[in-house]
Amino acid sequence: MSVGAGVGVWRALGLVLERELLLSFRRPDQLLQPLVFFLIVTTLFPLGLSVQLSLLRDMAPGVLWVAALLASLLSLDSVFKSDADDGTLEQLALSGQGLVVIVVAKTLAHWLVSGAALVLLSPLVGTALAIPVSAFGTMLASLALGTLTLSWLGAIGAGLTVGVKRGNVILSLIVLPLAMPLLIFGAGATDRAISGTSSSGALYLLGALCVLTCTLAPFAASAALRITLE
Amino acid sequence: MFFHPFDFVSIDNMSSAAELRVDEVHVWRGDRHVLKGVTLHVRRGELLHVAGPNGAGKTTLLRVVSGLLPPESGAVTWNGVAIRHAREEYLQNLAYASHEPALKSDLTPLENLRFMVGLKRRVSHGELLASLQRTGVADCADLPARVLSAGQRRRVAMARVLASAASLWLLDEPYTNLDSAGSRLLSSLLEEHVAAGGLAVVVAHHRLELAGTRQFELDS
Repeated sequence: MSVGAGVGVWRALGLVLERELLLSFRRPDQLLQPLVFFLIVTTLFPLGLSVQLSLLRDMAPGVLWVAALLASLLSLDSVFKSDADDGTLEQLALSGQGLVVIVVAKTLAHWLVSGAALVLLSPLVGTALAIPVSAFGTMLASLALGTLTLSWLGAIGAGLTVGVKRGNVILSLIVLPLAMPLLIFGAGATDRAISGTSSSGALYLLGALCVLTCTLAPFAASAALRITLE
Repeated sequence: MFFHPFDFVSIDNMSSAAELRVDEVHVWRGDRHVLKGVTLHVRRGELLHVAGPNGAGKTTLLRVVSGLLPPESGAVTWNGVAIRHAREEYLQNLAYASHEPALKSDLTPLENLRFMVGLKRRVSHGELLASLQRTGVADCADLPARVLSAGQRRRVAMARVLASAASLWLLDEPYTNLDSAGSRLLSSLLEEHVAAGGLAVVVAHHRLELAGTRQFELDS
C-alpha cells in the first residue's frame, strides 16, 4: 500500500470515504433506488402469496436474501463507472495513494449507502414477511455480513467491467454465481433462527467469507482497475 | 487581493537535477504500433511541446509518461530512477491534466480540489481558493461543477494542477475550450512554472511560443 508524502493511508481513506458519501447524498435518487427496490420486492410477496402465515414464514429467508442481493447489485455498477467516465479515476490513480486504498474506501462507502441501509430497513421487511422478532438479531447480523461480502465481491466485478459498455449485465453474471454461498448460508441462518435452532454455524461461515473477501478483494479489484486504466 | 499559489507553495519536491527521460518507448494498441521507440528528455525550466497529427500517439505518450500505461519496452525515468521503481515519489512530483477536466459534476470546484489535491498533500482552504482565484474561477468556487461552462471547468482543472504544487506538469490539450483571456492566462501560468524551475510536457495542436519551449514532433 503506497502512501502519499504527507498524506497517510487513514487520512486518504477518510477523504475518499467522505467524497463518496457526499456524492451519494447529492444524488438521492441513486441512494434510494436499491432501498425502494428492496421494499417493493419484499412487499410484493406477501401480497402475491396466500394469506397463510406459515407459508410466508417458510419463504421469508429466501425472499429477503434474494431481494437484498439484487438490491445491492443495482448500485454496484456505479462504484467505479462514474469516476472512469468523467476522468476522476485517472486522477485518483495518480494521486500517489495506492489503488487499494481507493478501492477500500469506495467499497466501504458503497456498503454504507446500500448494504447497511438495507440492514437497517430489514426489520420492517421482516415484519411484513412474518419473521418473528426473536429471529431479527440473526437476520440483521447475517444481512450485515452478507451485504458487506457482496460489496467486496462486487468491487472485483465492478473493477473488471468498468471499461465495458452496459457492463452491469456482465457484472451480475460475474457476481451472482460468487454470491451463491452467501445466499445459502444467509438464508440458512435466518431460517434456523425462525425455527428456533442455533444459527451460529452459518453465521461463522458468513463471517469467514466476509474476512476472506475483505482481505483479498481490494487487491483483486485494484489489479482489475489498473488493467482497465491501461 | 490577488494570490499566486507559488507565493506560498514552493516547488520543494524539485531537486536541482530534476529531469524526465523517456528512452526507446514502444507501445502497441492491438495491432497498431503507436509509439515506435520514442526518446525524449525534459530538464527543469523546460517546456516540451508535443505536436503531431491525429492518431500519432500524443495522448498515449502522456499516459506512458504519467505511468498510467506501462510501455511494452523502453523506460521512463525521473531523476535517473525508473518511475515504476519510485512510483510514490514520482506521483508526488506529477500533476496530470487529461483532455477531460476530471471533475465530479455534483461537487463544487472547491470540493473537487479538496478531495483530489488533499490525497496528494495537506492543503489548506486558502491555498485551494487562491488557486481558483489565480485561474479566474473563484466566483464559482461554491457552485456545483455541472453548472460551469466547458471553459470554466478547464480553468478549475488548471487550478487543481496549480494547487498540487507539482514540479512536472503533463497537460493534454489544455487550451481546449478556453477563451482568449483563458489562453493567455494558461500561457502565463506555464511560463511562470517553467521560470520557477518546473518542467512541463504539453500536448497542444496550436503553436506554443513561450519562453523555455522545445518542440517535439510525433510522426503518425
